[in-house]
Amino acid sequence: MKFRVERDVLADAVAWTARSLPARPPAPVLAGLLLRAESGQLTVSGFDYEVSARSEVSTEIEQEGTALVSGKLLAEITRSLPNRPVEITTEGSKVTLVCGTSRFTLQTMPVDDYPALPQMPGASGAIAGNTFANAVSQVAVAAGKDDTLPFLTGVRIEINGDTLRLAATDRYRLAVREILWKPERADAEAVALVPAKTLYDIAKSLTSGEWVTIALSGEDGAVGEGLIGFEAGGRRTTTRLLEGEFIKYNALFPSEYTGAAVIETAPLIEAVKRVALVAERNTPIRLNFSAGQVTLEAGSGDEAQASETMDAVFDEEDISVAFNPGYLLEGLGAIDAPFAQLSYTTSTKPAVLTGRPAVDADHDPAYRYLIMPIRLSG
Amino acid sequence: MDRPPSPAPLTRQAPSVLHVDMDAFYAAVEQQHKPSLRGKPVVVGGVGLRGVVSTASYEARAFGVRSAVPTALARRLCPNAAYLYPRFAAYHAVSTVVMQLLRELSPLVEPVSLDEAFVDLAAMPDGAPRDIEQVRGIAEELRSRIARRTGLTASVGGGTSKLIAKVASDAQKPDGCVIVPVGGELDWLDPLPVRALWGVGPATADRLRKIGVGTVAELRVLTESDLVGLLGTAWGGMLFRLARGMDARAVEPERPTKSISAEDTYPHDLADRAAMRAAVTQLAERVVRRLRSAGHTGRTVTVKARGHDFTTVTRSETFGAPTDDERLVVEAAIRLLDDAVPAATASSTGIRLLGVGISGLADYAQGDLVAELARLERALGAAEARAQAGAGDGGAPGDGEAGTGFAEPNPAGPDGEPPPGAGAGAAAAHGESGPAVPAVTLFGPVPVDRAARRWLAGQDVRHAQRGPGWVQGAGVGRVTVRFEGPDTGPGRIGTFRADDPDLEPLDAGEVAREALRSRQSPA
Repeated sequence: MKFRVERDVLADAVAWTARSLPARPPAPVLAGLLLRAESGQLTVSGFDYEVSARSEVSTEIEQEGTALVSGKLLAEITRSLPNRPVEITTEGSKVTLVCGTSRFTLQTMPVDDYPALPQMPGASGAIAGNTFANAVSQVAVAAGKDDTLPFLTGVRIEINGDTLRLAATDRYRLAVREILWKPERADAEAVALVPAKTLYDIAKSLTSGEWVTIALSGEDGAVGEGLIGFEAGGRRTTTRLLEGEFIKYNALFPSEYTGAAVIETAPLIEAVKRVALVAERNTPIRLNFSAGQVTLEAGSGDEAQASETMDAVFDEEDISVAFNPGYLLEGLGAIDAPFAQLSYTTSTKPAVLTGRPAVDADHDPAYRYLIMPIRLSG
Repeated sequence: MDRPPSPAPLTRQAPSVLHVDMDAFYAAVEQQHKPSLRGKPVVVGGVGLRGVVSTASYEARAFGVRSAVPTALARRLCPNAAYLYPRFAAYHAVSTVVMQLLRELSPLVEPVSLDEAFVDLAAMPDGAPRDIEQVRGIAEELRSRIARRTGLTASVGGGTSKLIAKVASDAQKPDGCVIVPVGGELDWLDPLPVRALWGVGPATADRLRKIGVGTVAELRVLTESDLVGLLGTAWGGMLFRLARGMDARAVEPERPTKSISAEDTYPHDLADRAAMRAAVTQLAERVVRRLRSAGHTGRTVTVKARGHDFTTVTRSETFGAPTDDERLVVEAAIRLLDDAVPAATASSTGIRLLGVGISGLADYAQGDLVAELARLERALGAAEARAQAGAGDGGAPGDGEAGTGFAEPNPAGPDGEPPPGAGAGAAAAHGESGPAVPAVTLFGPVPVDRAARRWLAGQDVRHAQRGPGWVQGAGVGRVTVRFEGPDTGPGRIGTFRADDPDLEPLDAGEVAREALRSRQSPA
């Protein structure tokens, strides 16, 4: 194998692929990146049996071939090379990398031991990369980190014609985002549960291309069953789906609300952060709503206390609701709108945060952040 | 909270720390409530195959029966004693009165268990006692007040520290009162075995014995660096000071509860997973009831499993936020059980003990949307369920207390035991938890009909015609009841069918409170 490639092109392809390499590989070969030079294309692949990643770039190939080298080392080397063309050559069981006056010799691992990457399922549709990344980050914030109940660590993807819906919950809050996309077929229908952290990383890394293709096998036994694939600008990645049922979350959204308050988002975030300084280890922050205002309170009589009052559009009966300040802040951050609307039924039932583009505009139900209040005993 | 600080022990002008210890408390309450047992050997504890003695009356102690002795051995030592299941609700009611008497004396009361507490007289509202004679007067007056209000005796010890006070209360048990003068501490400590010192368990005692140290006097020969070398910096230094009567621990009222737990030892090993799950479900429900009645929520659930060969395994899980949701705790407990059992039964089959605990206590509960969803789903199908479950009789006897009889003393202190009426709560909780797992007690499924219910030796009952009494024995479908109460003379017995509709269980706490009331209003 012998080929020449621009430093930036190589570094990007290697860095993106190496992202998915496992920190503690279950087998030594899985710490490697597979370089394949063939028909004018350099393919860089990585796989850990959960996530696969493959990046393709055009190159000048002098001699076709493949090599498996340490992914971590290759990523570090390519990142620090000077901006000159890179020449990579295999010599026996070694790979030589020359760039300007720098020269590296790397050991290779046996290519035959490397597992075949899973096949991508057929494409289901496409969505703008930035839109997708934003939507995923709005939802992934609510996913759980503790894998006791695996479905809590996933993002549920629901495809229903031209609507793509994402949902995640850690059982204390739930985020749901609906977006329009371009399905391959107008009657496309599919559901999947994707590990939230992986999905978040993938969506963030695929914003360079304009469109992201999402590939999800609709029926049993089809190619790529149990997988979801994403492709954008010469990069494709697959990840294994989580097993298990997601909760039937629609029932959680109250059909009617007792009332709602509208507050300017940025000052509210600042105030919650200040008041929460006395809320150690996420002890509750209380929101006391009364005519035209909300008072935030945290802390207890035995320890430090804080309170702050700010304007709110509110003309219902006074109500007091308590939340985990961390969950409240993440929700306020995720609505991504200048005004926040908090809709509630009672102080112990789910409350729902949505965004409003202006104080007198309708709220935007495309993103809903449902949050379970804290019940104070005694 | 402006609590007067507990003075440092070395600056006390008088031996003003009292240790109050009720004499053979559980057995004494039984003898008081059951006049026919007065002056006779009584053993309270786990009556099953693997039960251990909680308390033996002094009459039984004469035969060598002591706390923590296996009940099977106690039966051989003292076959004629009355073997009774503990009635925690009754002990709790009496304890509440004793603790109240102590608090009337000084705000600084530290309950150690239902029958034991420290009192710091230096915090007395009318001023601290100035000398040993005043302390002795206060202690004697306290003892007679306890006797008047409860009819029971307490031993009281006084000293300049908790260590000395405890040693003193033990010195002339029962019904004793020993106050150690300021400066006389070492005379009392010297002859004691090292085990008498606070914190010295079998491990430390063993290490000390290997270097020829058996008594406190011998311990005091060692230098601090000897002890630190032997036992480590913290513990070695602490023991060096304790051996000199220097005990800086303050009397701390209401030590905050750190965890709430319950455990059962089973008369026969649990072998199949369904029985274990049912048992752990019942323990989890019991713990949640106690958590709620204490106004707490908790974040960490721990399950303990002990295999046939005593391999003991604990597993715990921490929620993202504190909860008092029974469902969540039960689900977590079952997950942890499934994880713990293989480890506990790796080299032998069967589980002899299970326990469930909740820690990371808080006073607020994060709402849980999985549980909320389950509630919504239940509400949807509620009409149907109600029509079907309408026939429920709720006739389960109060099994809660009997079940706890085998548990180790729990760290929650006097408030940790199930509140009176826990039995009724149990029945209600089972009804609520729906189709999960069938509830069991120590003795099998919770009896839903009279024919299947169990009577426990010592349990309070009432017969429709013959009035109140207690279960003297039960078996082969029969139950023998002795008709007597705290305020009667020794009564007669009657034998009934176990499913006799005239026979109803009584709440032990209510029986005890009634006895305390009648004592207060002289007839």
